[in-house]
Amino acid sequence: MKIIVCIKQVPDTTEVKLDPKTGRLIRDGVPSIINPDDKNALEQALSIKDENPDATVTVVSMGPPQADIAMREALAMGADEAILISGREFGGSDTWATSYIIATAIKKIGEYDLILCGHQAIDGDTAQVGPQIAEQLGIPQITYVQAMRIEGDEVIATRQLEDGYAVVSAKMPVLLTAIKELNSPRYMTPRGIFEAYEKQVRVWGFADVPVDEARIGLKGSPTNVNKTFSPEPRGKGEMLEGADRNTVKALISKLTEKHVL
Amino acid sequence: MDFNLTPQQQLMQQLMRDFAENEVKPLAAEIDETERFPRETVEKMARFGMLGINVPKQYGGAGADTLSYVLAIEEIAKVCATTAIILSAHTSLACGPILAYGTEEQKQKYLVPLAKGEKLGAFGLTEPNAGTDSAAQQTVAVPEGDHYVLNGSKCFITNGGQADIYIIFAMTDKSKGNKGISAFIVEKGFPGFSIGKKEHKMGIRASSTTELIFEDCIVPKENLLGEVNKGFKIAMTTLDGGRVGVAAQALGIAEGAFEETIRYMKERVQFGKPLSAFQGLQWMAADMKCAIEGAKLLLYRAAMVKDSGRPFSMDAAMAKLRCAETAMDVTSKCVQLHGGYGYSREYPLERMMRDAKITEIYEGTTQVQKMVITGQLFK
Repeated sequence: MKIIVCIKQVPDTTEVKLDPKTGRLIRDGVPSIINPDDKNALEQALSIKDENPDATVTVVSMGPPQADIAMREALAMGADEAILISGREFGGSDTWATSYIIATAIKKIGEYDLILCGHQAIDGDTAQVGPQIAEQLGIPQITYVQAMRIEGDEVIATRQLEDGYAVVSAKMPVLLTAIKELNSPRYMTPRGIFEAYEKQVRVWGFADVPVDEARIGLKGSPTNVNKTFSPEPRGKGEMLEGADRNTVKALISKLTEKHVL
Repeated sequence: MDFNLTPQQQLMQQLMRDFAENEVKPLAAEIDETERFPRETVEKMARFGMLGINVPKQYGGAGADTLSYVLAIEEIAKVCATTAIILSAHTSLACGPILAYGTEEQKQKYLVPLAKGEKLGAFGLTEPNAGTDSAAQQTVAVPEGDHYVLNGSKCFITNGGQADIYIIFAMTDKSKGNKGISAFIVEKGFPGFSIGKKEHKMGIRASSTTELIFEDCIVPKENLLGEVNKGFKIAMTTLDGGRVGVAAQALGIAEGAFEETIRYMKERVQFGKPLSAFQGLQWMAADMKCAIEGAKLLLYRAAMVKDSGRPFSMDAAMAKLRCAETAMDVTSKCVQLHGGYGYSREYPLERMMRDAKITEIYEGTTQVQKMVITGQLFK
């Protein structure tokens, strides 16, 4: 079985601040990490590989050359090979152009049974690239996956919904997007770290991915960002103090008033 | 000169930071309180391949450089000094001498399972009357047929009772002083070998520190490590490596306490402003930061000198001396900055201060480090 995992290197947003004037992320000195949901996707692929030694896991990412370390991290966790799509021409791509580029690269890879993505990245929070890759490739997609298993040529997955869950199945090849409830990603191993640097991360530039130049970068991106800003801080909350019956009653009536209960 | 970590070292630091934060930190206060050896953490380190970090891959290790190993110990010590010394003693003091002096058979039989984490290691040099004067060994090893018979005892042995494989030093020729000491690989189950009293300590309380007792203990001749009567050199070079590990532990303790304190100083408000706004306290923080970074440079350099193959005794001694003193000084100041909370077990600072003290004592006291340094300066 051939599994492709799409990952993205993102700034660790728990340590990111917004520049109050420009509204942009201040990325200086902020550590970069593999997007957390993508690590769940990778863990799922690796656990399938644990049980099927014939399975191969290929990690694909689009990003700047500095994303090399994220690829190495994926290799150190146990991925077999890594492809980094990297080039100036790809810069400025929105989710649509990005998914077109990644889908084109995946077509170039050729055969695959399963594509796993994180459901969304913590920097953009769009949750669009995974589903769009499936659309570009013309394969089924199952999003918000909290559990999955493979039976024959079918994937049976549990999707997390706001008010419950749905169990769906699809014939492979299929694309799934993982949420954090799917699993706990494994650690790298010290040995894996050193072996990751004995492997090669293939870097595919503009010339290596057969894309239509008009459909990539800023000009190939239908999305325009008009403004970014930090939301106004909310007003101070109201504190009810006391551990007696009346305080609880007051709390319940407040919550009912706000339609929380 | 390049002060940047390699990408491998950066990933190693990230891995060990995640591991320390998720697996080690949650247990630190509890195992200190109860003096419980964290067996589950040792099993996790074994499973994730962390018990053979700087052992070559051909012997089941990760094949990492010494600085990667230092970063691993440092990250763990930031949250739990006990767990750091369990790893350091196993790696530096048990894997180290077998790798450096063992025969191929000994490496296959003992180093491979140690590096894979199937077995835990320990090192027995110290005796009740042979501490800093480690040449005054009273444990004796007498050859008899195809084995040696060991008699005597060791004390203050880290991982004692928990380890499966022990590097043990004993006199094979009493008339020759330190030129009559030999090293042996002793398995937990060898006849005549038993574990004595467990120490109750001021710090690193969950690390198992015990006596080892040898009563007509039978050790096969093939378990002699290195040559007969050449054991003292094995002990001393092993301790050079061990000092790099203890220095990393000490540095980690200092950094862990310092990080807690910087956070606290921003939050804790007195006289209407956070502690971090008082210049007298800011200056304490600046001094601590300088001490930590200075000690770190000495340590990282010692690690790199070790890997270069050049003599590193003096570098290791300087690193160990400075890191240990920094740990003691910084943790004491961090307790002070936390005030009453620093003294309370509700916060980790008092534990860190108790843990720091041992780094000035074991694997060569501060005074021994000065002897090593001056021995090189005035030779």
